Amino acid sequence: MLAYSIRRLIALIPVLIGMSLIVFGIIRAIPGDPALAILGQKATPEALKQLRHALGLDKPWYTQYFSFITDLLKGDFGTSLRTHAAIRQEIWPHLAATIELSVLAMLIAVVVGVNLGILSAWKQNSVIDVASMVIALVGVSMPVFWLGLMAQWIFSIKLGWLPSIGRENIRDPVTAITNFYIIDTLLAGRIDQFWEIIRHLILPSLALATIPMAIIARMTRSSMLEVLRSDYIRTARAKGQKMFWVVYKHALKNAFIPVLTVIGLQTGLLLGGAILTETIFGWPGIGSYIYDAIQYRDYPVIQSGILLVAFIFVIINLIIDLLYAAFDPRIKYK
Amino acid sequence: MLETVVKPNAPVPGPEEQKEKVDSPFREALRSFKKNKLAIIGTLIILLFIILALLAPLIRPEGYNHQLLADRLKPPSSAHWFGTDDFGRDILTRILYGARISLWVGFVSVVGAIVAGTFLGILAGYYGKTVDMIISRIFDIMLAFPSILLAIAIVAILGPSLQNALIAIATVNVPNFGRLVRSKVLSLKEEEFIVAARAIGMRDARILFYHILPNSLAPIIVQGTLSIATAILDAAALGFLGLGAQPPQPEWGRMLSDSREYITNAPWTVLFPGLAIGLTVLGFNLFGDGMRDALDPRMKK
Repeated sequence: MLAYSIRRLIALIPVLIGMSLIVFGIIRAIPGDPALAILGQKATPEALKQLRHALGLDKPWYTQYFSFITDLLKGDFGTSLRTHAAIRQEIWPHLAATIELSVLAMLIAVVVGVNLGILSAWKQNSVIDVASMVIALVGVSMPVFWLGLMAQWIFSIKLGWLPSIGRENIRDPVTAITNFYIIDTLLAGRIDQFWEIIRHLILPSLALATIPMAIIARMTRSSMLEVLRSDYIRTARAKGQKMFWVVYKHALKNAFIPVLTVIGLQTGLLLGGAILTETIFGWPGIGSYIYDAIQYRDYPVIQSGILLVAFIFVIINLIIDLLYAAFDPRIKYK
Repeated sequence: MLETVVKPNAPVPGPEEQKEKVDSPFREALRSFKKNKLAIIGTLIILLFIILALLAPLIRPEGYNHQLLADRLKPPSSAHWFGTDDFGRDILTRILYGARISLWVGFVSVVGAIVAGTFLGILAGYYGKTVDMIISRIFDIMLAFPSILLAIAIVAILGPSLQNALIAIATVNVPNFGRLVRSKVLSLKEEEFIVAARAIGMRDARILFYHILPNSLAPIIVQGTLSIATAILDAAALGFLGLGAQPPQPEWGRMLSDSREYITNAPWTVLFPGLAIGLTVLGFNLFGDGMRDALDPRMKK
């Protein structure tokens, strides 16, 4: 297991280098003069020259790439063209906001999705089964930004139950410590603020969770159906164990591996979906950060944002890969 | 990323066996597809949108940018079934014309991805060694990005437009088909009929095009239809972010983002374009699932 983990880590190196090359290439691959594309046609030659120098575009590409990588390894993401601030400092609160939102959404998706799938498989062809599969089928077909808009319209505009945008009550801002506001409000002992944060989280995380939830439910159902027909399940039932324990103890453990794969893949979709969800709910996460950067052609920010999200995705997939072994000792690694 | 649990890929009967008249795999697949109610519903949804898209200029000859400023943001009525938008344009008309864009982008980007992916997958699978190594690593790297993020990166390079969104979506889909074809080629390469073909001195190109490719068709078709669904969603997402279609193009995602600010007073401007996206995507998902069950009986539930 340890040897396998190390091998997996080493195998990541070429992927990470490739990713850095692609992200490095974003600004260089702009057709024509990147500086002109960023500043627009009215830019003065001096300004263009200055920007080229600031971005390092006046040096040969391998020198540029080398300094790009050494900067990255030092944790230096460069400077935003718009705010002139160090991206490293700007990006963390955004990243924390996205992580808070995505983790909650994934939690909802996994807990609800897995249980919905189990219930459907357990009571196959029942009303619950049919209903949850219809929801799942429709769920995978709906665009996440539309679900978000509809949730916003119904629950905050029509019913007025929940706030429609933002992460906190702007009249009562949270004092950032870790930038995970759930934790920060608890650290500050502000239970009222904590509930306010939760209220802001509900709509965006539900909108973001819907599609992964639907896919996880479908996967769990088909995987469970297969497992429930196996001999050892019949044995477990034959010795008089309650169906609830058979399902949750014996069957789920074995049915969970394909579900785990789907969860890993869905994390990528979820991170992508976060970009869309954040723009709808005015969530100040990394998606909004990238989105704003695109509007202002702030390429260093676009690069850093994309690289960071992709990096997180790679790490999550690595963790999922390693989790397989924990869940299924039958998997043998060469 | 997920190479650890590669399932063995048994050969799937391909359409080249159609010549046998009785019970050919093709007929068998067709029969099982017809029995699948959901797949038929999916097919009907797709056909409906294709017909509406084709007939749009006949149904609404005034075009998608016909503005009636006196009728701004009117709710659904007998004159405007889906209401009007902030320019007084009929939303139904724009959705009909939008179907042309979405179906076109979905279809063309997937066909592009299939062509490029098949080419690269065959190269990697058939020639192996260094070629395989390089191509497979490139696929790994591309798949290491969440797909919409990679698409955003590509559009950020090329500049926002519908055409560039199409290119981005096609590019992002290439590794999916590449990997699929590669694994197919790898398993087929060792089959006896390929060894035999090589033994009688058949050239590589002929083996690839007459034997390996037809035998890989079924999974490509299945993956292709399901990919059209995601391609349509991705195009709408890029349009929504302002990175795809530009005004006044009636692209559904773009329509959503342009109407967002009116959601409080004119929710229909947001409701119907979203339903159009969802319904089309649902159609392709149902159709694709049906194709998979029909062409690959092992996947049946």
